[in-house]
Amino acid sequence: MVDPEIRVVTIDELGILRAVEEDPASGRVTVTITPTYTGCPAMDVIRADIRRALAAAGHPDAEVETVYSPPWSTDWISEAGRAKLAAAGIAPPARVSAPGVVALTLAVRCPLCGSPETEQVSRFGSTACKALWRCRSCSEPFDHLKAL
Amino acid sequence: MNGPFDFTLGLADDALIAAQRLAEWTTRAPEMEEDIALANIALDQLGAARLLLSYAGELEGAGRDEDALAYLRDDREFRNALLVELPNGDFAVTMAKLFFLAAYQVPLYTALVDCADERLAAIGAKARKESAYHLDHGALWLKRLGDGTEESHRRMQAAVDQVWPYTHELFIADPAAPVDPATLRPAFDQTVGAVLAEATLNRPESGWAPGGGRTGVHTEHLAYLLAEMQVLHRAHPGAQW
Repeated sequence: MVDPEIRVVTIDELGILRAVEEDPASGRVTVTITPTYTGCPAMDVIRADIRRALAAAGHPDAEVETVYSPPWSTDWISEAGRAKLAAAGIAPPARVSAPGVVALTLAVRCPLCGSPETEQVSRFGSTACKALWRCRSCSEPFDHLKAL
Repeated sequence: MNGPFDFTLGLADDALIAAQRLAEWTTRAPEMEEDIALANIALDQLGAARLLLSYAGELEGAGRDEDALAYLRDDREFRNALLVELPNGDFAVTMAKLFFLAAYQVPLYTALVDCADERLAAIGAKARKESAYHLDHGALWLKRLGDGTEESHRRMQAAVDQVWPYTHELFIADPAAPVDPATLRPAFDQTVGAVLAEATLNRPESGWAPGGGRTGVHTEHLAYLLAEMQVLHRAHPGAQW
């Protein structure tokens, strides 16, 4: 199932999907998800999409649970997810270092021409999880999924 | 002193009222990127408010959910600090409010991660990373305006002076709370001191310290904000998108 706001990656690749369990006795399916940002307005759509998909697959009584711990971070995005983001023109986030380690700010590569000569236009973008960047080499603006 | 319900409600109302005030900037910010930034920060605050309000409702055990707490309380029942209900003022005043709130929320949410309450710990772990972005954003604007032109410096200093007295209420001691707000003051002072110095702004003298928000005694501004925020739900009980 694709993410309703970033329609090139699945909720599994984004790390939003935590678990899918089927009760062996009743056959009831429980799906556990976690939000990227606390206020992410796509969560209601994601819940509805999951219920619709499971109903279509023969599970009309599926339950969707939302958990907040452990908190989502961009490290939950899979390698396949990162590659798909980059292919869609969204620069994927750098890996967040372990707690207690100071992260170095590495250059964000332009997903269109690959140049590291980029600059941040605004740290807040079209969705809660993205920042707006611009490439100084090819002059194109692009989205960057910011490290969290 | 306050129990876990009042403490959680205070944090929830801080986030909810801050979100409502910030949302007033939508389509009115000085530039498009800032418009998007303020709306995003408002959305983060609203997200934290929803989690905290839901949990407060469970702690109370009276059957009130997040909507009942947000839309069906009058001003005397709100527990937010006065800082967040103050009018937006000019852009500098909004940035001063945003910066001081974030400089308090970052150490607050960080401390919640290690508190004994598992639900508050999970909310803190989630919200602190978002608040770090808010703090960064506010600090950048304080530096840009404070260390900018003569006019921007004058207005940023005036905004800091105007808002400063309202920061003291955030740190009123409550030793029984999951996190005693008084313990957050050193981290706040350190952040504020460093940013104000870099922004070439003076740190105001501490004197007048208005309060009352945590016990439901608010400024005249809150009731107007609530009237706008609650009108739809009160006119159409149970209305949903």
